Amino acid sequence: MPARTRKPLSRIRSWGPPLLLVAPTIVIIAVFVYGLIAVNTQVSMTDRHSLQPATRFVGLENYFALLTEDRFLHSLWNLLIFTIVFIAGTMLFGFLWAWLLEKGVTAEGVFRSIYLFPMAVSFVASGVVWRWLLNSAEGDRASGLNRLFESMGLGFLQNPWWSDPTWGMAAIALPAVWQLAGYVMALFLAGFRGVPIELREAARMDGASEWKLYRHVIFPQLGPVALSALVIVSHMSLKVFDLIMSITKAIYQTEVPATYMWVVLTGNDYAKAATIATIMLLLAAVFIVPYLNYTNRKEREGR
Amino acid sequence: MRKKLIAAAALAAALTLTACSGDGGNGNGGGDGGDNQVEVFTWWASGSEKVGLDALVKVFGEQHPDVEFINAAVAGGAGSNAKAALASRLEAKNPPDSFQAHAGAELSDYIAAGQLQDVSSLYTEFGLTDAFPKSLLDRLTVDGKIYSVPSNIHRANVVWVNPAVLEKAGIDASKAPATMEAWIADLQKLKDAGVETPLALGTEWTQMQLFETVLLSELGADGYSGLWNGDTQWTDPGVKKAAEDYKKLLGYANSDYAGLDWDAATQIVIDGNAGYNVMGDWAEAAFQQAGLKYDSDYTTWPVPGTDGVFDFLADSFTLPVGAPHEKAAKAWLQTVSSAEGQKAFNLAKGSIPARTDVDASEYPAYQQTAIASWSSDTVVSSLAHGAAAPVAWSSDISSAIGKFGSDGNVDSFLTALTDAAKKALG
Repeated sequence: MPARTRKPLSRIRSWGPPLLLVAPTIVIIAVFVYGLIAVNTQVSMTDRHSLQPATRFVGLENYFALLTEDRFLHSLWNLLIFTIVFIAGTMLFGFLWAWLLEKGVTAEGVFRSIYLFPMAVSFVASGVVWRWLLNSAEGDRASGLNRLFESMGLGFLQNPWWSDPTWGMAAIALPAVWQLAGYVMALFLAGFRGVPIELREAARMDGASEWKLYRHVIFPQLGPVALSALVIVSHMSLKVFDLIMSITKAIYQTEVPATYMWVVLTGNDYAKAATIATIMLLLAAVFIVPYLNYTNRKEREGR
Repeated sequence: MRKKLIAAAALAAALTLTACSGDGGNGNGGGDGGDNQVEVFTWWASGSEKVGLDALVKVFGEQHPDVEFINAAVAGGAGSNAKAALASRLEAKNPPDSFQAHAGAELSDYIAAGQLQDVSSLYTEFGLTDAFPKSLLDRLTVDGKIYSVPSNIHRANVVWVNPAVLEKAGIDASKAPATMEAWIADLQKLKDAGVETPLALGTEWTQMQLFETVLLSELGADGYSGLWNGDTQWTDPGVKKAAEDYKKLLGYANSDYAGLDWDAATQIVIDGNAGYNVMGDWAEAAFQQAGLKYDSDYTTWPVPGTDGVFDFLADSFTLPVGAPHEKAAKAWLQTVSSAEGQKAFNLAKGSIPARTDVDASEYPAYQQTAIASWSSDTVVSSLAHGAAAPVAWSSDISSAIGKFGSDGNVDSFLTALTDAAKKALG
């Protein structure tokens, strides 16, 4: 008899304390993340378009309205251009810098810090500086980069930056690339360093040239690092808000879903703002969920 | 083992409690129901606005020494931070005793949600119906009720002129062009005389302000006011004419306008690189700081075609439903509307009082002209500053203007404006 009663108790003893320790986190995340996602989704399906309480459930009406709205499509288009330039820029420069450092540079630590430093600056702070650097005035009143071009005799390089109606968002991505390419570099550098020295030696023994060594032995091993970098950078891109707010404020020309949501929210249209928020969450999920699946599978295989 | 278990449980409980109490505070200090304090919510946290508020509070202390003033100012974002904070307080049924808001249509969301009290009885009690211009009262009245008390008035349809620049093209700065056409002709003359950007312009809301004055010039005071209640159709030929004129004006503006805030745009005129800038009369402070003299170094006139019309915007104070100290809030509104309160505040902030019974000679040169117009002109509501249209509507118009600024397509601009009006007016 005593043996039977002791068994469940000892089981509680084994998983009880760990559970209690993680319980606060679980509760907090359940309420403040998933609970609020649920509330947000619920609001997005009501007709709460003003300060007054919602009167009825409208299903997906707000979603259809939003996805057929020119202004929202414009903000998605802006986001797309921004994302493409931002991802391409950070991945390219991050990879390139990491490769150069990996090849062995004197004072590597100095270069590493220089490339990584911009990440320590917040988007809001750097946005204020870039607002000035990307000033679109040309000629006599030029300032920032345009002034620099002018004074170097490269006047033809002057351009309206983000004021350009079609490609303006690419200019907004420049500061973001500047800021995060160093971070991607750090990821890639870790990836390079993670390749066991034996593999390189084995390849050299087999007579592989330096280029072949990289092309066939080292680059293929950077796949997982590249994927992580891609996911991290792309979800940052989807959330971009502070950078745009500090460079241009919330104006039509540089509007992305996040700034549009802010404008709608301050206009007291809660249902519409919640709808935009939900769509942004879904967009992020498109990137994140396959990645989580992939890493889960990898981990299970690794066990 | 048991000790560990208990410790873990205690830790878990403590963490959960702290997490939950984080959002419980309301910053109100507990409403005791007494009327010995008044909590006033504003976004006047810096600069001349802060100086103005301090001056107003000083008068309040003299008029109502038994009431303690509690400053609930929220800084940043030209009021947008404050509005977000205010919305959550109102949502939580924890309103301040009085909050600052732009007078006019920007209040309509609060009114529709039943968050504001009718203060028209205070207008009678304080004698404001006679002190304020009749056309202002018309603009403030919603279904026979008034929901706020304006503390200061600004004018939006003002052209700031640099006579030295105009001289290059032989234009007499002291005489305003009579019509929009004449003004556009002058702009062309300036351009021909080698002034690269005759008109200084800034970011989206300043474009909206320029466009509203062109509308006003084209449609007249009644036609313009009718846009906001459906009496004037947005398909009216006058609106189309205004859009075309506005497009011409954009052609004379600095190319980097989308990236400049109003002060940077005004600075172009001060520096003598542009002849004109349409801006509200808070720009006066910038000219003063630059040490320029009114009527010689710079001058102002109403936007051509809007002479005799005062495109107004105002800050005002409200009485929310469920204000914890209602009596004290009424005392605050009394000070805000009183001759002494308005004088103290407006002299400090550089605006003009809403009352017409003021001694204009106590004010600087520009303000004297504004005070004279205020009591004689027809008053209309500014779009760019929340007086004419509810927030959602003006946000739609603002986005249409931003789009027009980049593509210059008149037809799609007019469609967007018509759609926005349809959505807002139902």
